[in-house]
Amino acid sequence: MTLPAGTDAVRQSLASFRQEREADWKAFEALLARVEKRAPRALSEDELLSLPLLYRSALSSLSVARATSLDSALVAYLEALCLRGYFYLYGARRSLRTRIGDFFLHDWPAAIRDLWREVWASVALTVIGAIAGYWLVASDKRWYDAIIAPSLAGGRNPDSSAEMLRSVLYGGGDHFLSGFAAYLFTHNTQVSILAFALGFAFAVPSVLIILMNGCMLGAIFQIYAAKGLGFELGGWLSIHGTTELFAIAIAGAAGMRIGTSIAFPGELTRMAAASRAGRVAATAMVGVVVMLLFAGLLEGIGRQTITSDIARYSIGGGMLALWISYFYLFRMVRHGNG
Amino acid sequence: MATARNPAALVRPLVTPEGVDLRVKLADAGTRASGFLLDVVIIVVAAVAVSLVAIFGLGGLGVKDAEPLFIVWIIFIFLLRNVYFIAFEAGRRAATPGKRMVGVRVASRSGAGLSLDQVIARNLMREIEVFLPLSILAARGSAGVADTLSTIFGLVWALLFSLFPLFNRDRLRIGDLLAGTWVVEAPKVALLEDLSLRKNPVATRFQFSAAQLDAYGIAELHKLEEVLRRDDYFAMKAVAETIGRKIGAKVEPVDSRAFLTAYYGELRAHLERKLLLGNRKADKYAR
Repeated sequence: MTLPAGTDAVRQSLASFRQEREADWKAFEALLARVEKRAPRALSEDELLSLPLLYRSALSSLSVARATSLDSALVAYLEALCLRGYFYLYGARRSLRTRIGDFFLHDWPAAIRDLWREVWASVALTVIGAIAGYWLVASDKRWYDAIIAPSLAGGRNPDSSAEMLRSVLYGGGDHFLSGFAAYLFTHNTQVSILAFALGFAFAVPSVLIILMNGCMLGAIFQIYAAKGLGFELGGWLSIHGTTELFAIAIAGAAGMRIGTSIAFPGELTRMAAASRAGRVAATAMVGVVVMLLFAGLLEGIGRQTITSDIARYSIGGGMLALWISYFYLFRMVRHGNG
Repeated sequence: MATARNPAALVRPLVTPEGVDLRVKLADAGTRASGFLLDVVIIVVAAVAVSLVAIFGLGGLGVKDAEPLFIVWIIFIFLLRNVYFIAFEAGRRAATPGKRMVGVRVASRSGAGLSLDQVIARNLMREIEVFLPLSILAARGSAGVADTLSTIFGLVWALLFSLFPLFNRDRLRIGDLLAGTWVVEAPKVALLEDLSLRKNPVATRFQFSAAQLDAYGIAELHKLEEVLRRDDYFAMKAVAETIGRKIGAKVEPVDSRAFLTAYYGELRAHLERKLLLGNRKADKYAR
């Protein structure tokens, strides 16, 4: 026998290593498969307590296997098992209900407060855009067609009569009215997602989108104001417009935050700054979609049924006050690990 | 493009709080593309199915009564596109059905748990990466105003963003970059049998000397394991011939499987013994 002694002993001990631990690995795998499919509540108390123990035992098996075994299939199996366990156990999963609760009580207003500077800039840009749009259409009415796409204008243009314009403001009973509101909701959501998502190009596209949005507002306002219907249009727009314009302004602000943190990352690396800004901005964006849903509801239900100017202005103003106080005044005091 | 040839370039350290490095493997671009295409197929099939139901609903009810259905349809299509990815990736397995099928999942680059805002950020960016240029193209095409220039612009835009993962080390999309996430391989691996415990009556005929076992290292052992698990007759015959020539053993073609099983078992035990004594013989060139 030319072989060194002990080869068989090594083989024997590695085989018994696998034999002894295999039951634990299988049990861990089965438990993981169950908790990944259903809520942890599906497990009994004993099973729940055994989960971290089995995870640590699998990790230690992995360390032993890497150090002593050359069976690559065994190591691959243990690596995949431990990674699954790690993602599950350290995923810090909160239940969906607490996540949603946290979002409305804390995360959403905090994200908007965090973005306050950008929100101001965005609102200012909307106002500047509106003034520019008003002035352009007032100086030459051909600008109107350039600013507003015919599909959104709904037949309103500088040559429309005052009666026609008025009928849009106060007319009701349109068949596809609510369909149109749903269409506007998806359209507005896409405009705001664009204003957010294009922000990474150093915020330039976001600024342009917000300016353009303001321009459209100013242009529509001009053709109504020229017919002496400015006050009435204000009421018609404000019932949902305060919520909608505010939401689009926040989306622009979120885009600007991303763009400016990529351009000026400060002490962080550009990557870290981008990912931090991206997370705040994403929270704000979910809020934007919720706000646009509200705006769509107000538009679909309230705009054609409530025809008194005073009521329209008070609903619009009330919504704006509500949003501002929710974002900036309402602070949930969180006890414990908040 | 070092990664196509060198898979080790895609391995990243992930040290658990227990101090074990799990060495996560990033998903390569091809895997991610196929996962995404599977998701797109699922979304389109669902959208078409719902639209068909909606159309038949419209026909049955008449246009006026069908109005609520129309609204539900618009909202549903919108939700399908925007929420599909977010809802699945925020779930327990952090993967859409398409990702699950190809065995990858989303993870936070920091190693901490994936949070909801990260999932939202990475998926909202998809809107400009893929859906925006394509939907503009579709809209212009259906309106008959798609000129060559805008078509090329849209395609270049979509290509630029979808190829973005190829131009950075961590295979990040723009959305991954902003959200602080990456996509890692999380396959379900079954526990395979231990090849060195395989009993083969012919194999006991083969005996190897220490010099013959010193011919190869760990890298070659793992290749041999692959060949044995694949169990392909011609591959085993070729490998058995090569090994036989190198260590000076005569192997009949019919015996190649038994020979390889025997040599694998002895070589592994030999190298594992060296390992225990502190010598990791990485490959045949190592001493």
